[in-house]
Amino acid sequence: FDMACNSSGCESGGCYGREKENGCKVVDVKETVRLCVKCKSNEPMTFGDGGSDDGRFCAECFRSNVYGKFRLAVTSHAMITPSDNVLVAFSGGSSSRVALQFVHELQVKALKNYEASRDRSLPVFGVGVAFVDESAAYPSLSGGMSDAIELVRSTVLSLSPPEKDLHVVTIESVFGSESVEARDRLVKLLDSVSDETGKEDLLLHLKMLSLQKVASENGYNRLVVGSCTSRLASHVLTATVKGRGYSLSADIQHVDARWKVPIVLPLRDCVWQEITRLCHLDGFDSLKTVELARHPQSGINDLVSSFVALLQEENPSRECTIVRTAAKLTPFYFNKIPETDDSCVPMATQRRLKKFNLKYDGSMTTEAFCPICNGPLNGSDSSEDESDALYAACCSSCRFQILPQEPSSLDHFGSLLPHHMISQVKHHQKFDSQTYLREKIKDCLLLDDEEAV
Amino acid sequence: MEASEAKSKKQGASRLCCLCNQRRPVLKRPKTLQQICKDCFYEVFEEEIHQVIVKNGLFKAGERVAIGASGGKDSTVLAYVLSELNRRHSYGLDLFLLSIDEGITGYRDDSLETVKRNELQYGLPLQILSYKDLYGWTMDDIVKMIGLKNNCTFCGVFRRQALDRGAALLKVDKLVTGHNADDIAETVLLNILRGDIARLSRCTSITTGEDGPIPRCKPFKYTYEKEIVIYPFITESFSSILDYFSTECIYSPNAYRGFAREFIKDLERLRPRAILDIIKSGEDFRIATTTKMPEQGTCERCGYISSQKWCKACVLLDGLNRGLPKMGIGRARGGANGDHHKETKKPASAGRSLESKQCGSLDF
Repeated sequence: FDMACNSSGCESGGCYGREKENGCKVVDVKETVRLCVKCKSNEPMTFGDGGSDDGRFCAECFRSNVYGKFRLAVTSHAMITPSDNVLVAFSGGSSSRVALQFVHELQVKALKNYEASRDRSLPVFGVGVAFVDESAAYPSLSGGMSDAIELVRSTVLSLSPPEKDLHVVTIESVFGSESVEARDRLVKLLDSVSDETGKEDLLLHLKMLSLQKVASENGYNRLVVGSCTSRLASHVLTATVKGRGYSLSADIQHVDARWKVPIVLPLRDCVWQEITRLCHLDGFDSLKTVELARHPQSGINDLVSSFVALLQEENPSRECTIVRTAAKLTPFYFNKIPETDDSCVPMATQRRLKKFNLKYDGSMTTEAFCPICNGPLNGSDSSEDESDALYAACCSSCRFQILPQEPSSLDHFGSLLPHHMISQVKHHQKFDSQTYLREKIKDCLLLDDEEAV
Repeated sequence: MEASEAKSKKQGASRLCCLCNQRRPVLKRPKTLQQICKDCFYEVFEEEIHQVIVKNGLFKAGERVAIGASGGKDSTVLAYVLSELNRRHSYGLDLFLLSIDEGITGYRDDSLETVKRNELQYGLPLQILSYKDLYGWTMDDIVKMIGLKNNCTFCGVFRRQALDRGAALLKVDKLVTGHNADDIAETVLLNILRGDIARLSRCTSITTGEDGPIPRCKPFKYTYEKEIVIYPFITESFSSILDYFSTECIYSPNAYRGFAREFIKDLERLRPRAILDIIKSGEDFRIATTTKMPEQGTCERCGYISSQKWCKACVLLDGLNRGLPKMGIGRARGGANGDHHKETKKPASAGRSLESKQCGSLDF
């Protein structure tokens, strides 16, 4: 939006209409050469996309603004530290492309510092890339998939040195293999979900599971996801309309360490407009074919995206306000990087992490989680009906939109779910904190159970 | 979930009511999509409200309760159902109708006629308070001065205080309003969109203002708007008792709330229970208790409850009387509360913000 016009040294690019109102002294703006408002030396970039802030910054300053937000997120939340091995989830879309680019640039800088330093004390973090082939779930994608994968491969190749491993996995890999049986099982599982939105969401959960699998099997300890402010704004609303208000704050923070491999969101503070402009600027090809084939979807998720787009038209800062509101909700203990007994973390980093309270004690698990969506469970969600373990273990949203409504079908449905989801059910069937804590400390107890505190 | 239900519903169209299995179904219940007969609808509609009242301990025997009656569908159905349940379940309540005349020609004067009829039909004593008497301004006067952009703000603020004053006049212990599930869901969404975390934490409470002048509660918190519309409509004999005024306020077209309302209607079509899910989310949001209650004092000018030096109504009134009707609209600026505003904003941009500020900052 337009900044107030300061008549001495007018900085506003859109000052024309406000001349009379604010007594702006710039009478003949067309004759004056407009300069970037930040560096005041280069010509501003015009994207012509009808968005806000167009024609205010030059290409370099625009780029450094966005990169600056990325870097600030990374450092202030200890997302990537020298000893880390980072996996970037790459869908081929604009957001993850920018995430990949920025992580690469960060890595290049770290490599430069490493080679320039005398004692080589700070190692360079590793970066890998993961792409999930969802054609088993969206058959319309199969046609263009091999081309898409080729594009992904060449993109990753172009981002070296340093070299990055590319892991291409199918969505059905969550079942432990990439066979025809696994593919069939996926199709059967999705078919047994009658709710359109439930199906879409289940697929998202399976996708995360497959990313987690790739990450942990290949020694990565961080998963970078390119979600931007705009995506999170939609998520705030979809979570609200699905009754997931309790777990919402877990999903929208910079760090989500519920998972075996903690997820970090370095682009959380960047808006979609910045991302698309950057892609345009840097000439990134987006895998439009992959993205477009996934549409049209007729569920709640799509309805919300359209609603947010409508709100954005009415007020371009609406997405930011939505995420800012949700950010005022109390996060969970796992929304920080977990403390690990990692002796290879450099001392300087360790001191810094402790100083800013950026980590939490990983053994503190006071929440129970839904086996399907991994959302923290609200006490009021627990059902008296414990006749089915899976039903009892799930959150009310998954119970409604994903689980079959017929109790008799629950067993069969459970057998179709990936092992990882079900194994949690047996384990957390009745979360007994007393027993759990006792288990943790039993090695230290000298007395018999009855005599212990 | 809905797909299979809808399928079986189509097949079962010729079957019997889901609930009683005796009578022929006449409608598909908006909340659950069940096919039910007329009698079962009344029963389940009234019983659910009774359960909400009981489970949330909304009333105590012997209480004097004023029903905020606008003449619209929600408050008319509320008055009818509440007096029915009061009788049927012996709540022991003394019920009154309290109506506020905002002074909107062609709208409020018509709906007041409805409330006057209700007084006779339900046998509930009626008290009418007007903005003219309370504040010296009618909504017609206000709109003439400020136009159609922020008029809902004035009306909402004035009405809230008017209801409290009316309740004090009637010496009632409690106020009930006809806010339904759709209203509350809308408010949750609006507060998210506007960044109002404090209101977000309060807006799903079924009872509010317990530490204020008059506690007010919303027995229709879980009742769907569609069902409130169906209730009197379903037979002629009912609709003659439950006549209500169904036009929208003539000043409302620019309400920002309309965005959220359209969205919720679309949502309801996809998944009826989403309305209740929004309310559930609102109840479950993790909001630190420190953000919940603003410090409450009293207005220096009129003595009404207020978290600022002057209550909002006084600020707005002062603006109107001084010919500066934009005072009190948008972020806090000059005037009596100038020293107390929490958010600081650059003065130059305040001009822009009040231009673009839509009405819809209705205090819930």
